[in-house]
Formats: sequence, structure tokens, C-alpha cells
Amino acid sequence: MTESNTEYAPANRSKFKKIDMGKIGGHEHSPAAEDLPSCLTVNNLNLYYGNSHALKDVNMTLPQQRVTAFIGPSGCGKSSLLRCFNRMNDLVEGCRIEGNITLDGADIYHRSVDVADLRRRVGMVFQKPNPFPKSIYENVAYGLRIQGINKKRVLDESVEKSLQAAALWDEVKDRLHDSALGLSGGQQQRLVIARTVAVEPEVLLLDEPASALDPISTLKIEELINELKDRYTIVIVTHNMQQAARVSDFTAFMYMGKMIEFDTADNIFTNPAEKQTEDYITGRYG
Amino acid sequence: MINSVKKFFASGTPWIWVNAGAVAISVIMTVGLLLLLAINGLNHFWPKDIMLAHYTQPSDGEEPLRREIIGERVDREQVPAERIIASGIPVSAEKPLYERELIKVGNRELNNSDFTWLLTDYLEDIRYPDNLTAFERREWGNFYGYVLEVRESGTAVASSDPTDPADARAWMALEERIARALAIHEEIDELEKDDIGEVNYALERLRLQRRALELRGEASEEALAEIEAEVAVWESSYEQLQTRLSALYEEVERDSVLMLAMNEEQTEIRISEIVRAYQPNRMHLGGKLFVYAQKLWEFLSDEPREANTEGGIFPAIFGTVTMVLLMSVFVTPFGVVAAVYLREYARQGFITRTIRIAVNNLAGVPSIVYGVFGLGFFIYFLGSEIDQAFYPEALPAPTFGTPGMLWASLTLALLTVPVVIVSTEEGLARIPRSLREGSLALGATKFETLWRVVLPMASPAMMTGLILAVARAAGEVAPLMLVGVVKLAPTLPINGNYPYFHLDQKFMHLGFHIYDVGFQSPNVEAARPLVFATAFLLVVVIALLNQLAVTIRNRLREKYKALDM
Repeated sequence: MTESNTEYAPANRSKFKKIDMGKIGGHEHSPAAEDLPSCLTVNNLNLYYGNSHALKDVNMTLPQQRVTAFIGPSGCGKSSLLRCFNRMNDLVEGCRIEGNITLDGADIYHRSVDVADLRRRVGMVFQKPNPFPKSIYENVAYGLRIQGINKKRVLDESVEKSLQAAALWDEVKDRLHDSALGLSGGQQQRLVIARTVAVEPEVLLLDEPASALDPISTLKIEELINELKDRYTIVIVTHNMQQAARVSDFTAFMYMGKMIEFDTADNIFTNPAEKQTEDYITGRYG
Repeated sequence: MINSVKKFFASGTPWIWVNAGAVAISVIMTVGLLLLLAINGLNHFWPKDIMLAHYTQPSDGEEPLRREIIGERVDREQVPAERIIASGIPVSAEKPLYERELIKVGNRELNNSDFTWLLTDYLEDIRYPDNLTAFERREWGNFYGYVLEVRESGTAVASSDPTDPADARAWMALEERIARALAIHEEIDELEKDDIGEVNYALERLRLQRRALELRGEASEEALAEIEAEVAVWESSYEQLQTRLSALYEEVERDSVLMLAMNEEQTEIRISEIVRAYQPNRMHLGGKLFVYAQKLWEFLSDEPREANTEGGIFPAIFGTVTMVLLMSVFVTPFGVVAAVYLREYARQGFITRTIRIAVNNLAGVPSIVYGVFGLGFFIYFLGSEIDQAFYPEALPAPTFGTPGMLWASLTLALLTVPVVIVSTEEGLARIPRSLREGSLALGATKFETLWRVVLPMASPAMMTGLILAVARAAGEVAPLMLVGVVKLAPTLPINGNYPYFHLDQKFMHLGFHIYDVGFQSPNVEAARPLVFATAFLLVVVIALLNQLAVTIRNRLREKYKALDM
């Protein structure tokens, strides 16, 4: 646990007790989210893939510059929810969304929103490292080139800054123009993070970023998340409860498309309000 | 026993044998085909020894026909006695099989045909005198005989005794004069092709300009006078070239050589007619190799002579390669763009499925049908519309309303576009979703993602499509006969006359050349080895074109090998 977390969590502890489903978001905002400046707000979100109802009445407020983890068994909708934040679900055929999500108060599903613009503000890192088959340098510069920035000096600067932010600079600074595919899995994932950081988003969405990596690489990614949270609002989906406990300030437990409980990580892991959460955390199902 | 047989089958060993056998047979057949083509084709250029013999053909009753034979032994085969008897030669029927030989006797002006079949048994005193000489000529095919006398403007300058093989005086004088004649000939060629060709081209252009002015009603006095002045300039240069040309012709016709052919016949041959002269019986291996290389190079780099049965096939190679490259330029962007729409933008459903089936079926339409379509749509419709819109001054002579390079390339592009579409689509489908999402998540639009990530990664698949397209197009003949190929094209489709690319011109093609030489040739025996040689060359050209595309594809694959993820 980080200092910032312990600073807030005990003070609000009493307010977190016994939150039932209906009270999360919707009518009563979670106290922590009220105290903290909010970043993303989800209001009565329902998501359908064709006929299947994947997310049911989700309400939550994600605080700024904190790490929020989504946990839950496979197929519970945590990735679907994550992909709503940068509208990746738009790419899925037959996907339909009701309710809304606001980023800094503005509805991201509004008709006037430029999706490409939104995705620049809400970056995403996927489960499997997916560097482009280009050089390390070009991978990091990709987002900037898309924005029409081609000045070598600007790119150089941004590439170095981003790689340093992703704790990869020292390992690759001598081979920036080698193919990114020559890196190890962990390095590739940090490269993808650097690539995402390079476009300077406000929110970082991490979709099981360490699930395809070995323990040491996983550790590095976790350290990186801790460093990055000073600057970005981070939302992470993970299967690994220890990881959620280690990196997150807030944790949401989802089950069958519903948000069961959303609280500080401390509370979720030490004193969950819901029976289902407790069962999941203690390993009785999921 | 049964158990062990079962086990043997279950082990997969027979299956492996069947697989390996199939591969082995394919390899053997391919290699065998290439060897057959190569041996039959490449043998042709070897300077064979010239035989001198006496042939006594048996005949009914009277004196047997005895004559002298000079020529190259080309081929031999076994023939049943009945067939020989049936053809009018009374041989004994006791011996069932007779061997007969194909002799190239050349000297078409004396013998009517340059090949003759003779029965080996009746060939006597076969000798190979050193001073027998072979000429390759611009007309009338080869000539074999002894050099008697070299003449300059009708007076003898050197002579030899044909019975003395060591007497090479006339031969040496002849070699010098042939070299001189060839040099002059080259000059004449250059004059005729390049300089006079340019003048003719310019005059034709001026004529069209003038006609265009008249058609538009802008034929003012000054404009016409200007054109007239230009015409006068070109015509005066034409006069000059013409005088130089006739001087050169006079020069080149100066020398002649008196030859002694078989059966004591004497004939005079102009040295300007001779392309190459050699005395193969005198030559060692090195000399023969040299002549072989010369003849092979002539085949690759020269223009055809004598209704395509002699000389080279350079225009056909050039035409084939140009057409295939032009087709690639048309088909690749077109196929790729269509595939991108089908795979990336169109909503997948009944209509896209139907289109896909239609595209696949298009690949199976017989090529001659494309030829008919090309003729009807491109040439008769598009071409004549273009002529009326842009080249009215040339009418009624068509410019694009006639078969030509452009239409042939377009027709073949149409023929091969399904292959490019299908393989590009497959390539696009194989790009991992995660890479597209990675790009989209960075704020790239769909188009930017396609352009910067997906298309580069799909480029090896596009190249695969192009390879298949090239392989198919380069070997296609049937549609080309309708849309642009000719037996003999006077100029190359790319030449020194402005605007350098003449896509309206007809061209020669290796595939059609094979057909033409093999089936339309007046001189079957002379043409046969050329059919093999041309076929071999066609295979080599296609292999080279493919190799080029494969090399490019492998480079691209190396660069974008992320697909293995």
C-alpha cells in the first residue's frame, strides 16, 4: 500500500461500511469519490452484446490520480467496463450501450465527441503486449506522428521522456532503432505503456497488463504503476487479487455484470461489506 | 501377421511414403520438363560439324541415283521398312527397321527445302573436310559449301582450291570483308531505325497537328506556314539521310563470294547477305564455344529474321516483361483497394458474401473470355471513345481503338485481379486484432490504423497475390491474341521517340511467339528447336519475374514478422 492510500483510507473507513449494490454510485456516491476530485463517472451503465446483457446498472465514480482495480471472475464484465472508458466497445459488432460515462464532467458517448480524441485522453494497455512491427523509437513516436508531429527534436524528447517514465530507457537507449519485436515480453509491455504515455493521456486503462508476463516482469510493471499514478488516473483489470491488493487504492468487485462492491482496497480485502466479495476473496468461487 | 500389418499402417510409414513419392514425382516431372526444353532448345545454337558424303539411293531397275550431300546431321530415327517402301524407295523388306537421318542441307535457293531425310545405310564415304563453310544469311537460310573466290565489284581478289583443305586464302579475305559488311550494316540499321524512324515519326506528328488544326477550324495561314516550315526542315534532313543511306547500301553491296555447293553447283552470294560465317570442321572446342555464345546472345538480343525462324527474340522478351510489369502496376493498387473495402469497410453480410463468391468465380473464367471482353469493352468501346475525344485528327486510322499494349495489360489485370483480392483479403484477416486495437487506443482513426499498421503488415500477402498474378499473366496467350499481340512488331513499345512509352502500340510476346513459330511457320524443321528454346526462355523469364516478387515479399515478411505472435 502506498502512503497516499493510507492517508485517505482510515479517515473514511466508517463511511465505507455496508454499502449495498443500490447505493453504489446512483443515489449515494461513495464517500471517497466525493472527497477526492473525480475523473470518470459511470451512470446507470448497461451494455449488451447482441442479446446478452453484459453490464447491468453500473454506477461508480473513479477518483483522479488514484489506482482503481477491477476484480472478479472471468466473464464478469470487468474488461467490458474498462473498454467502455475509451469506447473500444464501439468496434464490437452488435454492442449497445445505455446510460452514460462522463470524463471530467463531459459525456464521452455524446454525439459530438471525437472518438480518436477521446482515446488520446484515455490510453489503454492490453493483456498481451502488442508492439507494432516497427522500431522501438517508432513505436513510441506512433501516437505523436498520428497527431501530425514529425519534428525530430520533439519526437526525440518525447520518446526519451516516455521510455524513462516506463522505466525502459536504460535498457533500450542504445538500440532505439532496432525492431520492437526483439524485446522480451516484459519489455514489450513496458514499451506499450511508454507508447501510451507518450500521447500524454489523462487516464490509463490497463487490461490485465501482467497476465502474460513472468513474475519479475510483473513486479516491474507493478512498480511502474505505482510511479505513474502521481500523474495519471489508472484503472486496472486484474485476475490476480494479490496484485490488486498491492497496486490499487480503490477496488471494485464485479460479478455477473454487476458492480457488487466498490471501496478502498483496504476495506475490500480486509473488511468486505458483501458476502459475495468475501467469498471471492477468500477463494470460495471464481 | 495381420497385427503387424495393422501396426505398419498405424505407424504412418506408408502415408509418409505416399507423401514423399508425390513430391518426388512432381520434382522429377518439373526438372524433366526443364531439361527437355533446355536440351532441345539450347542444342540448336551449337555449331555442328558439316558432313560431306555420297548418297546412293536404290531405285527400281535403272541406275541408282547417286548424289553428293553436304550438310549438318540434325536428327535420326528408326523407321519400319514398309513405310519406306510405301514412300517409293525399294528397300529390302527383310530388314524390319531402317535408320534414317535428318540432314540440314541449307542452300534453299538451290534445293527448294533446307532439310532432307536420308537412309543411313546408303550414306557412303562420310568425311568432314576442314574447308567446308557455313553461312548464316539474312535471307534464304543457311548456306553450306566451299569458298572458291572472293570478289570486289565483280573482280576476283582471292581464290582457293576447294580440294585442298589447307588453302585458306579466300576464307581469310572473306572473313575480313564480312566484318566490314557487318559494320556497314550496323550503320545502316541505325540510320533506318533511329534517324529515319525519328524523321518519319516527326512528319507523322506534324501531319496530325495540321489535321487537328483543320478539324478545329484554326488552320490560319501562319499556323500552316509554321508547320510547313517544320516539315521542310525534317524533309531536308530526310533527303540527307536518304543519300547517306544509298551510299552505304552501295558500299555494302560491293563484295561478293563465289561458292561451290554440293553436286558441283556454283553460286555467287553477296557478302552483305551474310550474318555469320564459320568453318566448324576446322574449329576446336574453344572456337565452337565462342560461336555458340555468339549465337545464343544473338538469340537473346536480336530481332527475328525470316518469318521468326532465324535471328533473335528480343522484342518478344521485352514485350512480355513490359506487359507483365505494366499489368502489375494496374492490378496491385486496384486489387488491394478492393480487398480493403471488402474486408475492412463493407458490412459483412449477404452482399459481401455474394461479392466474394463472384470474385472467386471470376478467377475461374476461361482467359479467352477475358480476351473477348477486352476486345469488346476496352478496344471497341473505350478505345474508340478515346480516339474520338482525343485523337480525332488521326481518324479513320485508330490510335487506341485497336489492340495494343495498354489494353493487353488491362485485360490481364482484369484476369488476375481476383487472385490479388483474395490473397490481400486473407492477409488482412490475419493481422491480429490486438495490433489494430493498439493503434486505435493511441487515438488513430481507422484509416490511420489501416495506412500505418495494417496495410504494411499485409504487404507480404499482397505480394503473394502479385506473384500468383504474374505467374498467370506471363504465361497467358489466348486473350492477348485478341487484344494486342502480333507476330512481328516493327518497334518496341518503349523507344527513343517522344513520348517514349507507346502504350497504343502492338507488341510481341514469348507465349505467342512459341505458337507462331511452332504452328504458323513455313519452315517446320528449322522452327522446331526455336520452339523449345523460346519455351525454355519463357519459363526462365517467368521464373525471374517471380523470383523478383518473392525476394520483395521475403524482405517484407522479415520486416513484419509480428504475425507469429
